[in-house]
Amino acid sequence: MSTPSRTPTSSPSPRPASVATAPGPTRHRPVRGRPRLRTSYAQDLALLNTPAKRRSTIALVVVSFLVPFLVTDDLLLVFTLGLIASVGTIGLNLVTGYAGQVSLGHAFFIGVGAYTGAILGGSEDASVVGYGLPMLVWLPAAGLVAALLGALVGPIAVRLRGLYLAIVTLGLVFLGDHVFREADSLTGGPGVGRRGAQLEILGIDFNASGMLLGLEISRAQRQFFLALVFLIVFAVLARNLTRSGVGRAFAAVRDRDVAAEVIGIDITRTKMLAFALSSFFAGVTGAMYYAVIGVFEPGAFGLLLSVQYLAMVLIGGVATISGSIMGALFITALPRISQELAHVVPFISESATGGGLLSVFQLEAILYGLLIVGFLIFEPRGLYGIWLRIRNYWKGWPFSY
Amino acid sequence: MTTIQGRRDSAPDSTPHSTPGGTPVVSLRDVELSFSGVKALSGVTFDVLEDELFAVIGPNGAGKTSIFNVLSGVYRPQAGAVSFLGEDIRGVAPHRIAKRGMARTFQNIELFENLGVVDNLMLGRNGHLGYGWPSAVAWLGRARTAELSNRRRVEEIIDFLEIEGYRELPVGMLPYGIRKRIELGRALAMEPRLLLLDEPVAGMNGEETEDMARFILDIRDELHIPVILVEHDMGLVMNLADRVLAIDFGKPIAVGTPTEIQQHPDVIRAYLGTADTDDPESLVHPAAEQEAQA
Repeated sequence: MSTPSRTPTSSPSPRPASVATAPGPTRHRPVRGRPRLRTSYAQDLALLNTPAKRRSTIALVVVSFLVPFLVTDDLLLVFTLGLIASVGTIGLNLVTGYAGQVSLGHAFFIGVGAYTGAILGGSEDASVVGYGLPMLVWLPAAGLVAALLGALVGPIAVRLRGLYLAIVTLGLVFLGDHVFREADSLTGGPGVGRRGAQLEILGIDFNASGMLLGLEISRAQRQFFLALVFLIVFAVLARNLTRSGVGRAFAAVRDRDVAAEVIGIDITRTKMLAFALSSFFAGVTGAMYYAVIGVFEPGAFGLLLSVQYLAMVLIGGVATISGSIMGALFITALPRISQELAHVVPFISESATGGGLLSVFQLEAILYGLLIVGFLIFEPRGLYGIWLRIRNYWKGWPFSY
Repeated sequence: MTTIQGRRDSAPDSTPHSTPGGTPVVSLRDVELSFSGVKALSGVTFDVLEDELFAVIGPNGAGKTSIFNVLSGVYRPQAGAVSFLGEDIRGVAPHRIAKRGMARTFQNIELFENLGVVDNLMLGRNGHLGYGWPSAVAWLGRARTAELSNRRRVEEIIDFLEIEGYRELPVGMLPYGIRKRIELGRALAMEPRLLLLDEPVAGMNGEETEDMARFILDIRDELHIPVILVEHDMGLVMNLADRVLAIDFGKPIAVGTPTEIQQHPDVIRAYLGTADTDDPESLVHPAAEQEAQA
């Protein structure tokens, strides 16, 4: 070899060969001009392991932070609730999508979180209890109480699977519904309800409008920012979990439980963990969601809410984090979408009693059913699957087929 | 039942931790297993020594896979003793037995089909990760380093089994022979002290069978992992195994070196019926005959 080699590995080097494989702070820079060539396992395991993913994620986050300045406050509230519901959907996706345990009990855990948050973080009044604790206390507490109850479901899930598990978790919803209705010193009782927790963290009140960091920021905008940060934190945590050994164990229990057991996975523990983590996500979602909404009553945590979350998972994409977010935003925006449709499409009245062929509420219910059936038949991978198709089309363009 | 010396014992042994006549890796004593009256196993007794390739043969339904299920803890035998590395494992949960170092493959491939090849092998290393969910959620320190170092081990196995080209693909998309190989890889990723292979070459063509045979020999001779092999391919069993156990209707009929087993009259009777008579009736399987009379 007459010319000095540019790659150190091809020339005999004085360094021992073990340097390349030794663990330690070895820097692996991307190779210039070959952005998709990975030279270390760390690059392969990175959260955003392609330049395209990195760029689009940064762009998406930047755009999300600009949204409050571009849309009206009433629309912004829809987005805010969608972002918060995304965390709950990610939670349900952990247990149902990743670990394969169908749960109809998500509404129960959301309710438990909502009331834990409201009792600890809400203000006391004549009819209900409230301790007015700071958000740094009530938010984790809401998650923990729900997680504890979730862990209790785990052992049941070891004995039952599929439809039977779904029915048992459905029982939780009725149990919760009854308890929430009867305990009116905690929940205000049906038809009355109570206020949610105080949204105040690090001295910033998210329920007030006014100047913040030199900008005039309204209540809706503040809540949007809070919800966005809330979602980013929990989405990153969930994504970390799913790419780790724990996430793989979930998938193993879902796909083949006997094989999972003989390779050393403790199924009982794994299922308990899946339910506990999922319920934690549900708990914090419940506390946040109803703190933003303001007043809520016990009737909110029925079977319909569970079905809504399952629909978010199905329509968004089973066993994906980004799909969960898409599904939650879409389903939360559905009432608004059907309202907007009413303006455009004839025969649809905007009130329940008005003339026309359909009311917006009927339209919403119809859309809802059509979407679930449609996605299950035509794109079982959900919105995430549609995104994959678009992505793959452009990856191969102009030779897409 | 006397243990007949394996043929490899006569050759000079190069392996460091082989202890001739030492404690067996696995030992079964008079194991009885029945499913509500149907005897699946009765009086099964054998030892597997360090660095040994032990084969179990027998006609369909003889109880070969039942032995594996007893060993890996999926079935709990009604009577008898099962010990692994000197410890009693009867009634111990499958995942605990797996953590003690027993790995297995299945007759019908049991891979996680939605996951990629790397993820399937990483699942084999689940017991070696050594971090829990709190670390996983934060992806800091321990989880990250454990993932990286275990990934390196997985890549070594991918290298060993020559499946580099399939690394990124979901297992469900791969051809049958490759999937068998990946299942073997997942078992090896566990760094087992004992490997149970349930029909590793079933349904494979000649070339794939030869590849698999080479891997099995490498596992014994390079990785020094004792292997229990269940297989119907008699050519493979007789060429590879150090000792063979033949069972029929759940009862052990003979144990010994491949040559001894091939000549054993009871084994010949179980497989072919008795040939040393003119009476065609005796060609019928003895137990089947009993059933017919009943």
